[in-house]
Amino acid sequence: MEANPRSTGRLPAAFLTPGSSSFMDFLSDHSPELLPGKRTLPPVQGAIEAPHGTTIVAASFPGGVVLAGDRRATMGNMIAQRDIEKVFPADEYSAVGIAGTAGLAVEMVKLFQLELEHFEKVEGVQLSLEGKANRLSTMIRGNLGMAMQGLAVVPLFAGYDVDRDKGRIFSYDVTGGRSEEQQGYAATGSGSIFARGSLKKLYREDLTEEQVITAVVQALYDAADDDSATGGPDVARRIYPIVTVITEDGFRRLTDAESSEIARSILERRLAEPDGPRAALL
Amino acid sequence: MTTPFYVSPAQAMQDRAEYARKGIARGRSLCVLQYADGIVFVGENPSRALHKFSEIYDRIGFAAAGKYNEYENLRIGGVRYADLRGYTYDRDDVTARGLANVYAQTLGTIFSSAGEKPYEVELVVAEVGTSPEGDQIYRLPHDGSIVDEHGSVAVGGNAEQISSFLDQRHRDGMSLAEALKLAVQALSRDTNGGEREIPAERLEVAVLDRTRPQQRKFRRIVGRQLSRLLDTDSAATAPTDAPSDEEPED
Repeated sequence: MEANPRSTGRLPAAFLTPGSSSFMDFLSDHSPELLPGKRTLPPVQGAIEAPHGTTIVAASFPGGVVLAGDRRATMGNMIAQRDIEKVFPADEYSAVGIAGTAGLAVEMVKLFQLELEHFEKVEGVQLSLEGKANRLSTMIRGNLGMAMQGLAVVPLFAGYDVDRDKGRIFSYDVTGGRSEEQQGYAATGSGSIFARGSLKKLYREDLTEEQVITAVVQALYDAADDDSATGGPDVARRIYPIVTVITEDGFRRLTDAESSEIARSILERRLAEPDGPRAALL
Repeated sequence: MTTPFYVSPAQAMQDRAEYARKGIARGRSLCVLQYADGIVFVGENPSRALHKFSEIYDRIGFAAAGKYNEYENLRIGGVRYADLRGYTYDRDDVTARGLANVYAQTLGTIFSSAGEKPYEVELVVAEVGTSPEGDQIYRLPHDGSIVDEHGSVAVGGNAEQISSFLDQRHRDGMSLAEALKLAVQALSRDTNGGEREIPAERLEVAVLDRTRPQQRKFRRIVGRQLSRLLDTDSAATAPTDAPSDEEPED
């Protein structure tokens, strides 16, 4: 009487095996070829040319955190895309911004979002913010083989910790090393040096949400000013940085109108002072 | 040496069906109703941790009556199926119809395989559309058949009686509060015609709300929000009422 399970549309046994709440664990059991980390590249000479995303910055304020990114992707000396989106919601209370190989990074984010959603649906509760950050670590580590061939992905993870009532930022290195940024701001990608320098002078812990958004967009402007791979606000094409805010109320992405207004007001001031706001000497 | 008794296939199936039905009848009933802005799931459930309703995917919800470990297994299988499908193709390619088919095949194979005991579960898979016409509700009995339902459906021990009660009173375009109250009224009726009170804290309520701005339309209604909906005076209930409410304890 028993029918062949392969010929019926019945759920395969792996689907009904109790145990893991992780979608990645399930994938590696059931269809490992879909996991990004399981792929190996044939040996190649030199670096592989693929679009790279550039600068991501994050800064926290009392009651939340802001994560923002520029819109440029480059391939060598060429601009591969002017309006790429590199900041994504990871779930309701966290977001991830990516620098590095765009194709792999977007896939990683997609899997990361699904991993968090899957856990939430199976368990009925969300992962803790630490748990989410660790999960991302594992995923980056899985990409190490690719990273060593020049296809690195280095994200920045920011979220609102509902247990501690504050915004937190986690930064990563290519090996999956994870560190929480205690000083309240962080940057990753090719323009991160300039962005971090800029935030160092502009950032204070007691800034309001609006002020932090301005500081972060200023930092992206400074990064674009000195790093050719980072794109500044493109007034002609109306392409402005992507700015996201995560608070107690959850994830929110600023509308194009909102981010254009901030970018334009900064641009206006920079017409008179190209280097932006100046800090006191002493 | 004894010859095994001959049992006709018809008799064997009947026995298995009866076994499954008895198991399902031990559980409490639940019902799923369409309302103006989506689909509402209502059931009596004293447990806060073991849910009868849950989210499968963006627009798809799941409800089950019967044996907890069996439907929980199917639920997780469904979440895995939906997530894998959405990951391989696109989020729009995950449909209630596809999921209901997979569940039907799974239940059907288990039911007719002599080596396995039939699952004592009855499932409902519902998908909320962009308009009420797009809503889909499928009922999946223990034997692997699929019933395409409209308006309202009940599963569990007392399902037939509740269904006929709902069929007579349910109409299109009810507000959430109206649909919820109708469901509670239907669930409170005993088999022998008497009525009993189900307090709000023993109710499990969830909705697939098409007006929700997020991609994921499933949300549980608990605590104050639930008691507010139950207290709403039917006369004062405008169709625009409840769904736009804040979600204070989400």
